[in-house]
Formats: sequence, C-alpha cells, structure tokens
Amino acid sequence: MIITTALIHRTPYQRFTRATSAVMACICVAFAAMILAILAMVVVYLFTRGFNAVSLDFFTKLPTGDQTNPGGMLNGLVGTGVLIALASAFGIPFGVLAGIYLSEYPDDRWFTGPVRFICDVLAGVPSIVVGILGYELLVVPLGGYSGWAGAGALAFIMIPIVARTTEEMLRLVPRAYREGSLALGATKAQTIFRVVLPSATGSVITGILLALARIAGETAPLLFTAGYSRLLTTNPNEPFPSLTIQIYQASQNASPAQQNLAWAGMLVLVTCFLILSAAIRFVASRSIRTPS
Amino acid sequence: MTSLDTNKASMPPSQSNQVLLRPIDMTERAPQARRYEVIEAIRANREHTPSIHQIVDPKDSVLSIRGFSLWYSKSQALHKVSLEIARGRVTALIGPSGCGKSTLLRSVNRLNDLIDGVRVDGSMNVSGQSVYGPGVDVIDLRKRVGMVFQKPNPFPTSIFENVVYRLRIDGVRSRSTLRDACESALRSAALWDEVKDRLDQSAMGLSGGQQQRLCIARAIVADPALLLLDEPCSALDPIATLRIEELIREISRRYTVLIVTHNMQQAARVSDATAFMYLGRLVEYGPTRAIFQVPKLPETEDYVSGRFG
Repeated sequence: MIITTALIHRTPYQRFTRATSAVMACICVAFAAMILAILAMVVVYLFTRGFNAVSLDFFTKLPTGDQTNPGGMLNGLVGTGVLIALASAFGIPFGVLAGIYLSEYPDDRWFTGPVRFICDVLAGVPSIVVGILGYELLVVPLGGYSGWAGAGALAFIMIPIVARTTEEMLRLVPRAYREGSLALGATKAQTIFRVVLPSATGSVITGILLALARIAGETAPLLFTAGYSRLLTTNPNEPFPSLTIQIYQASQNASPAQQNLAWAGMLVLVTCFLILSAAIRFVASRSIRTPS
Repeated sequence: MTSLDTNKASMPPSQSNQVLLRPIDMTERAPQARRYEVIEAIRANREHTPSIHQIVDPKDSVLSIRGFSLWYSKSQALHKVSLEIARGRVTALIGPSGCGKSTLLRSVNRLNDLIDGVRVDGSMNVSGQSVYGPGVDVIDLRKRVGMVFQKPNPFPTSIFENVVYRLRIDGVRSRSTLRDACESALRSAALWDEVKDRLDQSAMGLSGGQQQRLCIARAIVADPALLLLDEPCSALDPIATLRIEELIREISRRYTVLIVTHNMQQAARVSDATAFMYLGRLVEYGPTRAIFQVPKLPETEDYVSGRFG
C-alpha cells in the first residue's frame, strides 16, 4: 500500500493540499495540548499549595479570624451545601418546566422565541450583575443579607441553564415516542411526563448537574446577597456562610496561615468540581439510548 | 418492482389465503395500447368515479369515510375519498408513493392534527361516532383506535410497562389487572412465550420484529374498535415480516384491521379487501381476490401486476 501510493505521481497542487492538511493537524494538536497544559498547571499548583494545608481541622472547625490559628471552613462547606439545596429547590422545577414548555409547545412560537432568547441572554449575564440585582431585589426588601437571598441569586443563575439544556435534551427524544403515546390516547401532559421526560432523564440530570457545578463556584452573587458569617448556621434568615466567600475572605488576609486556609478551600472546591464533572460524564454516558 | 415470477416465489406456500397472480398473457391485450381513463382523469384533475365493488354492507362498517379531503397548508393530499371498512376484516390500502394512503390512515385517529396547517373536509365515523365533528374528544377517539407505526417505536421502558401503557394512562393501578392484561395482549401478539421471563427488561433489547409485535400488543391491550397499521413490516427483515403477517391474519379474527402497505404481495397475502389509491384519490376498492385477479379497471390490473406505478 505504501509502495503504491509512493509511486503515484502528484501534481504540485496535490502536494500543497497534503502539506497544508498536515500542518493544520499539527496546529490543532498543539492548541489542544496547550489547553491541557494550562489545566494541568492549575491543578498541580493547587495541589502543591493546598495539599499540606488541608487537614482534619479544615472539615471540622469554624473559622476564627485569628492570624496564626485560622481554624477551618466547616460552616462554609455546610453553607454552600444548604445554598445549593435551596437554589435547586427553586431552580430545578422552574428550569425543567420552562425547558419542557420550550421544547413541547412549539405552537406558541410567538412566546417561546422570546423566552428562549432571554434564557440565552440570562445564561450569559456576568455574575456580579446577578449579585447586585439580588441585593436590590432580595436583600433590600428582606432587610439584610440572608441565605434566602443567596439561594435566590444562585437559582437565578441556574434557571436559564437548566431550562435550555432540558429543552435541548427533550428535542432529542424521537418524535416516534410522542406519536406512539398520543396514538394510544394519552394526553399531552401524560405523553410528556410518562414518555418524553423519562426517556431523557439521564440527559436532563446531566444539565442539572452542570448548573449545580456552575453555582457551587459562584462568589460574586453571594457577596451581595448571602453575606458572610463565621458561625455554623442552617437558618437561611441570617447572613449565610459559603465556601467561596470564605476563600475570598481568607485570601485577602496578609497572614500566611489564613492564606494556607484559602488554598485548602480552593483545593476542596476544585476536587468537588472534578468529582461532579466525573459524575456528569458517568450519568451522561449511561443515559445514551439508541432507539431501535 | 419485482417481476411476477419472483413474486410468486416469495409467497409462502403454506398461506391458505394466498392469491396466485395470473401469468401475464401478452397476447390478450397489449399493455401500451391500454387507456387509463381513471388515472388520466386524476392526472388532469378532472372528476372521476372510483370503481367500488359491492363488498361492504354499510350496516357492518366500522370505519366509514365520506367525501374526505385533506390539505397540508395549500397542497391537497386527499381528494373526496369515500370508503366503508368492514368489521372483522383486514382492509389494505395500496398505491404508489405519495398516493395519500398513510395520510388517510393517520387521519382516522387524527394524528395529522399534530402537523401545522392541516385542513380537512368531509366526514369520518368510527363505529358510528364522528371523528371530525364539533366537540369530538380526540383523546377518547384515539383510545378506541389502535395504531402501529412503520418503524417499531417501543418506549424506552420495560416490556411490561410498554404493554400496559394504555391502561396506565387510564389510571389502572391494580397489579393483577395489569398483569393479566399484559399477558393476554402479549399472547394475542404471539410474543408471550418469547418475553414472559423478562417482562421487566428494557423493550429496547428486543429484535425489530419483536419490538413491532410488542407495539401491536400495546395497541390491542384495551380492545380497540379498529387497528391501524402503517406499513408495519417495512423496517423488518423477511422472516420478521412473515411473522407479523401471520399475526395480522390471526388478530383479524378479533379486530378490524386497516393496513397501509407498499408491498402488493403483502396486501394479497393478509387482506380481505383492498383499496387502490392514486394521487390522493380512490381508484378501485373491492375484495382482495377480485382486485388482484379480476379488477374492473386496467390501471388496477397493471398496478397490482407491477406494470404501472
């Protein structure tokens, strides 16, 4: 095979197209490698700085604010968990139902079109804008920083992402399923909730996990809504602790002990992120169904 | 179109209802000399009179279609089609691609409603109840009319849940009712023995032919007045096709079946009555034996023997 191709006479233009093809392939590989290198640098640096700083204290103690004995971030871990749960309680039903509407009611084009456009815009709004908006619309009326306000801001970030991914995933459900269900006399709602949504569950969950990963790392919106607390609390009426804000606070401190604590926090956050990403890939790979 | 000899060869000898096609006698009438008066009228968009054999007593008709026309936006797909479908028989709709046979079938359970810009005229009745009249409950209509599609479309759930879906949407919860219904529907669809040990497994793991029989079980689980089959074998291999055809003969003892097929030999094998359609019009309708052996119109004879269309 190699001998025969070598014997074929090529015109200069053919040689040129082959050469450009090879060069383009090299460029693509080089840029892909660069992305990988940057990511590896971040992870390696984070591990070298943070690994020794992560101790049992980090997970079990509250922050002290002390220069030499900074304590841990137990309240931040719990706080972020509670904030994510509260934001999900608002954001997932809203987002999934909006996504269903966008995908399953194409007759309302005059309405779904603008909704889809606004979702796309909202998904791209800088998070600091969400924070300040949350301050105006939630913190001021509620009379102070609170877990509710923080969860509201996070839900606001979550809804457009969940809505659009749900829509896209439901659109991938074969039309034959919908027709099969309707032909059996199912109502539209029965068709959606008994056939369409269940057959896309895996991919819809993937979209939700993506949104969760996004809000778990948000700082700016919480700065203006949840505020900051050194206490361990699960009461969303109070100013609410979160991991990201605590990392921010600790990293602003001049003391090396506090900065170490910030590194530890970042390492934990990124590790959670990696685990979540792996979970997303796992769920996504299992949810791929091949209809007949 | 396959030649006559291969058609005969592909027909299973065991089929009791098989219709052997006459060998072509070229001396009888030269094909090119024939005039297709009805087809020419249709092509010229003139009025024509379909040739209807006296086969159905209107009192015994399950589906009655009268002067039914359908438009997709501006283009007309069906032109004043009138048909009476007999109870307890298999009726086949045949005709070249685009003749409107699938459109007509999908009009019966109003599945065409899902398409934008569909407009209809004329009337249809399923066991005496109007299909397109004012105030018709489409959901209720579809519950009385089962349908099986071209490509097997089981839902990506278990075999059991697929079969009992029709009952689930009616709110049936009793496990024993569902189990009994599932078994009897799967038995009727000749699938029970193959799947009885794995009812909780995914229906997607079945072969194409099994999936199609599952879809038939799903469609008959609640005893529909009429069963619509839209080219049910076109995505299947010959052996699976044969099994479905046997099944269609079998279930026709209990159900009225209206089947669209692009395969004329299939129509000859499975149906009792055949309607030949062309460009959205009915051309000839009669007992399958008559349509295939002594049709009234030369175009029908030439179409079923593969010389036209």
